[in-house]
Amino acid sequence: MRKHVRLSKVLAGCGSLFRTVMIVGIGFVILYPLLVQISSAFMAPGDLNDPTVHWIPKHTTLDNFGKAVEVLKYDRAVRNTLLLSLTVSLVQLISCTFIGYGFARYKFPGSRLLFGLVLLTLIVPPQMIMVPLFLNFRFFNLFGLLGNGINLLGSFWPYLMMGITGTGIKNALFIYITRQYFAGMSESLEEAAYIDGAGSIRTFFKVMLPNAVPVLVVVFLFSFVWVWNDMFYAQMFLTGTDNLALAIADLPLLTRYLYGDHERNTLIHNAATLLYIAPMLLLYTVLQRFFIESVEKTGLVG
Amino acid sequence: MKHKRRFLTMKGRKYLTGFMFVSPFVIGFICFFLYPFIQSIVFSFNQLEITSTGYVLHYVGFANYHNLLFVHPNFRIAYVDTLIQMLSRVPAILIFSFFAANMLNQKFRGRTLARVVFFLPVIMGAQAVLALQSTDHMQKAMSYSKIGAELGMFSGSELRNYLLELQLPEGLLNYVFNAADSVPQIINSSGIPILIILAALQSIPSSIFEAASIEGATRWECFWKITFPMILPMIMASVVYTIVESFTSPYNQLVNLIKTTTWQGSGFGVSAAMSWFYFMTIAVVLAVVMCIMSKSSQSQS
Repeated sequence: MRKHVRLSKVLAGCGSLFRTVMIVGIGFVILYPLLVQISSAFMAPGDLNDPTVHWIPKHTTLDNFGKAVEVLKYDRAVRNTLLLSLTVSLVQLISCTFIGYGFARYKFPGSRLLFGLVLLTLIVPPQMIMVPLFLNFRFFNLFGLLGNGINLLGSFWPYLMMGITGTGIKNALFIYITRQYFAGMSESLEEAAYIDGAGSIRTFFKVMLPNAVPVLVVVFLFSFVWVWNDMFYAQMFLTGTDNLALAIADLPLLTRYLYGDHERNTLIHNAATLLYIAPMLLLYTVLQRFFIESVEKTGLVG
Repeated sequence: MKHKRRFLTMKGRKYLTGFMFVSPFVIGFICFFLYPFIQSIVFSFNQLEITSTGYVLHYVGFANYHNLLFVHPNFRIAYVDTLIQMLSRVPAILIFSFFAANMLNQKFRGRTLARVVFFLPVIMGAQAVLALQSTDHMQKAMSYSKIGAELGMFSGSELRNYLLELQLPEGLLNYVFNAADSVPQIINSSGIPILIILAALQSIPSSIFEAASIEGATRWECFWKITFPMILPMIMASVVYTIVESFTSPYNQLVNLIKTTTWQGSGFGVSAAMSWFYFMTIAVVLAVVMCIMSKSSQSQS
């Protein structure tokens, strides 16, 4: 019996050692590129080829950041992208909550079919409808109602229109998440509200929404991050405007044209990448607890 | 007017409210999904020409499809490569996320920190950044490969040469080294599947485990008899998610080919044909996977 206990203790020790090694290793793989970027963003061009330099630069400089800010037009681009991400994710949040609630609580003829269509929009690659979408927004005329058509490219309108109708970036996923959450809520809450004389709209706003705050936060965060990181829709709708993702995409061409040599460009690229992901990192570190906990608590699961 | 209102029964009113809640999606689906979807079928049979006030279509029949299958230099290669890559990567991502989610579900010191790090790729997976890094890596590899190897990951060329000298079969070595090279990519694309499986693990009530351990079940038995069947539906959800994600991800060779064909190459018609051909493949793969999974889950229960 005693031997058994000792054996199981040894096994448990081995298990936790294995776990620690795995977690540290995987964490290293995830963090390594970030660490390389941080360390090399502060290097002077000579340090990159210097074999004696490991991680800590010999000539610390902020020059890379200055150049990156200049090439990216960072101040304007970051303001635009922030505005875009905020408005679009708010709009998407509102529409997806509505639609998800409708699917969760009301069964009407065709509702299952419609929900199937929501999932269909998730699995069809956006590249497939890219060209028609682009042309429709380039010559926007509402099926011929507006005559020759307006050019909506370069404005937020395509994003807003797709967001408000639940067909924007990954919106099907958000509809799915909110639907699962509302479906898991107890129905007696609503029944009580109905008996007290509240209509369905009022019940939704006064009773259901306040109880759905965790899932709302998750949807908002996800959609904010996805709009911020998105390049596909930005390339389609916002070409020619100051957008951070587009600026990053154009960076290699610009730096090669402006500065020429590889080493310095690599350093500037690293600095630019840090500038691009810094707001997201900041948001994540501030909200990570909330984010992880709420993901666990919400019915991301059925 | 009043009479008419009473005409709508309670049930009818409920249908109407439900439809009202969902109606934004119906509009969006028709305008921004179904209409472009049908247009892209039409485009794939036409040649498209942009004019100052709109666009003109010239009907060409199956010429676009013929072009991409028999004339286009890269399409077939990219198509096969993408499929092979997906088939090898999706199982790896799923096994890894299953494993990682189970690990993160245990109690240990620093668990919160570990979770924060594991979900970091979800936040940082910006397409623009990854594209930028890959151009830098390519330039590095071309211009000064020695230092590039030091900065790059897992480029164990010396280890590989050493193992080759030991007369190990080259095919096997290539497979192992390719797998090792794609480790960072697998880890980086596992964020959402880990989230899904972790949430499923947390939703299992602990009373079931208590009952099982009172009955004398070991942890191993608990895992396969309780945990696994209970999270199976969510594993399926993450299988579907991973397949779709790998099909539509912007690092996918074929997706990039479609994009470049659209804006620079042989035009909108051919790219529409490409994406239709591609979508049909996705649909077939998903249908097969779902069929297998629903069969196996039936036999489980």
